[in-house]
Amino acid sequence: MAENNIISPENLVYEKTSVLTDRVLHYCPGCGHGTAHRMLAEVVDELGIQGDTIGVAPVGCSVLAYYYFDVDMQEAAHGRAPAVATGIKRTMPEKYVFTYQGDGDLAAIGTAETLHACNRGENFLIVFINNGIYGMTGGQMAPTTLPGMKSSTSPYGRDVVTMGNPLKMTELVAELPGTCFVTRQSVHTPANARKTKRALKKAMEYQKQNKGTCFVEIVSNCPSGWKMTPAESNKWMEENMFPYYPLGDIKVPS
Amino acid sequence: MKDLRLMKGNEAMAEAAIRAGADAYFGYPITPQSEVIEYLMRENPAERTGMQVLQAESEVAAINMVYGAAGCGKRAMTTSSSPGVSLMAEGLSYIAGAELPCLVVNVVRGGPGLGTIQPSQSDYFQAVKGGGHGDYKLIVLAPATVQESVDYVKLGFELAFKYRNPVMILSDGIIGQMMEKVELFEQQPRLTEEFSWATVGKKPDRDSVIVTSLQLQSEEQEKVNLRLQAKYREVEKNEVRFESYECDDAEYLFVAFGSCARITRKAMEMARGKGIRVGLLRPQTVYPFPYDAINKLAGQVKGILSVEMNAGQMVEDVRLAVNGKTTVKHFGRFGGMIPSPAEILNALEQKIIGG
Repeated sequence: MAENNIISPENLVYEKTSVLTDRVLHYCPGCGHGTAHRMLAEVVDELGIQGDTIGVAPVGCSVLAYYYFDVDMQEAAHGRAPAVATGIKRTMPEKYVFTYQGDGDLAAIGTAETLHACNRGENFLIVFINNGIYGMTGGQMAPTTLPGMKSSTSPYGRDVVTMGNPLKMTELVAELPGTCFVTRQSVHTPANARKTKRALKKAMEYQKQNKGTCFVEIVSNCPSGWKMTPAESNKWMEENMFPYYPLGDIKVPS
Repeated sequence: MKDLRLMKGNEAMAEAAIRAGADAYFGYPITPQSEVIEYLMRENPAERTGMQVLQAESEVAAINMVYGAAGCGKRAMTTSSSPGVSLMAEGLSYIAGAELPCLVVNVVRGGPGLGTIQPSQSDYFQAVKGGGHGDYKLIVLAPATVQESVDYVKLGFELAFKYRNPVMILSDGIIGQMMEKVELFEQQPRLTEEFSWATVGKKPDRDSVIVTSLQLQSEEQEKVNLRLQAKYREVEKNEVRFESYECDDAEYLFVAFGSCARITRKAMEMARGKGIRVGLLRPQTVYPFPYDAINKLAGQVKGILSVEMNAGQMVEDVRLAVNGKTTVKHFGRFGGMIPSPAEILNALEQKIIGG
């Protein structure tokens, strides 16, 4: 069969959502950001809220997320995305607002903004990409770097006595009355990506009902920062990250 | 009928914010300006006009909440005092870089560090020369009365939106805390316009709006800077504001702003009583600074005394304005101390007339 015969509408089983732009992603090969972006964009598409969604990009690898999401977006200073989102949502309460933040942004420099937005129960979605490393700046230790894990600022492995312990932000925010839906997912297999998408969709639906802050952590890989092939990094993530950061819902609305 | 009240400076600014049609206020308590958020919370403007008021977890968060609301094209503001404004420096740089309008009030107290809760003008450099990183300018209004504090809230929002630039009201602990007669302006409507630069939700017929101060390509970042500089030149051309007193026949000149200008005016009257022909120029905008007006007077007077509640900050701008034409000296009290008119007169006699 010629290629032209195969490319026809009736054979179309999957297409890129128009909520993602056609711009080529700058992310490294095998990185989870691309899939995470896609799941979120598909949710915005399926709910028909592209024109009512305002996103906030962080500082970190996803600093340029606004190149890829075809929605109105603001770029926040490092760690300040939940404060920026608060300013947006408080003055545009009818819009769907999300932040998209890495572990350095959310769990180190932005810890105060994250905890207080969650504690106030701000009605927006926080998407938290946790890969246990600072990717953008070249592989330094993150607040979520595992004990013993090597990075450029923990070259002999993270020594928890001197460098502290990996911070479980997701469990922390689940304790706060302001959060409505708190879950930890991954996007490294098709099945997990689908689960993540379902979680993001639920979060947007809860936002519509003004139920409080929704917090979706996505445990992800960083082949470049971890110095592994994409396949190796996914295996390493399953064997090392998931035991410390177990997947699943931590808090669901009653 | 005029709406005349006897009000404290901080509370009057809070009332002015509601009447100026502000959409949102985000703030964090700090002496000597906490009455602003206390007044707003008590007044509950959500019911009066729909204005949102939120006590943030820090000044860092407050200014970033302002960023978010301003990025949606809303009239957003915050108020703080010196240590808190230092924490806002990062956010102000981002707001200036992203070309967003907002209003920030600094009710200055003495520094450095935790300093004192008493009034000061020691944040002049921070306000007019930067404070945060990068080449940016705030438009800085310096009220000397409660009336000007109120009027500058309205003017501040107008200038912020005219130039899409952060505006600062550089007040101090005297003006914030004292009560004066003030005429309040009428309630202004809140904005209904959807600005093309604001994130209000993407329409099918336009590209998505991106509010950012990031340009990774140097060529692009230079273009942003050139655009900002062109804007600042426009501001300098159009927005210089000052008042002068008794300058026509002046042999000597005081330059002073804010509360300090009121004390200096008294010193001027005392000097005139002694037959010393001294005038006073009071910048109402300290950025843009009235360089030309001072330069003109520099050709006429024998000496200029810059009177400030700091160790000598505005005096550098006065020297730039004078450009060597005449003697320029500084007199200041600082760390929360307030100069008396007699001290200022004495400084004129010692440093300028006898100097």
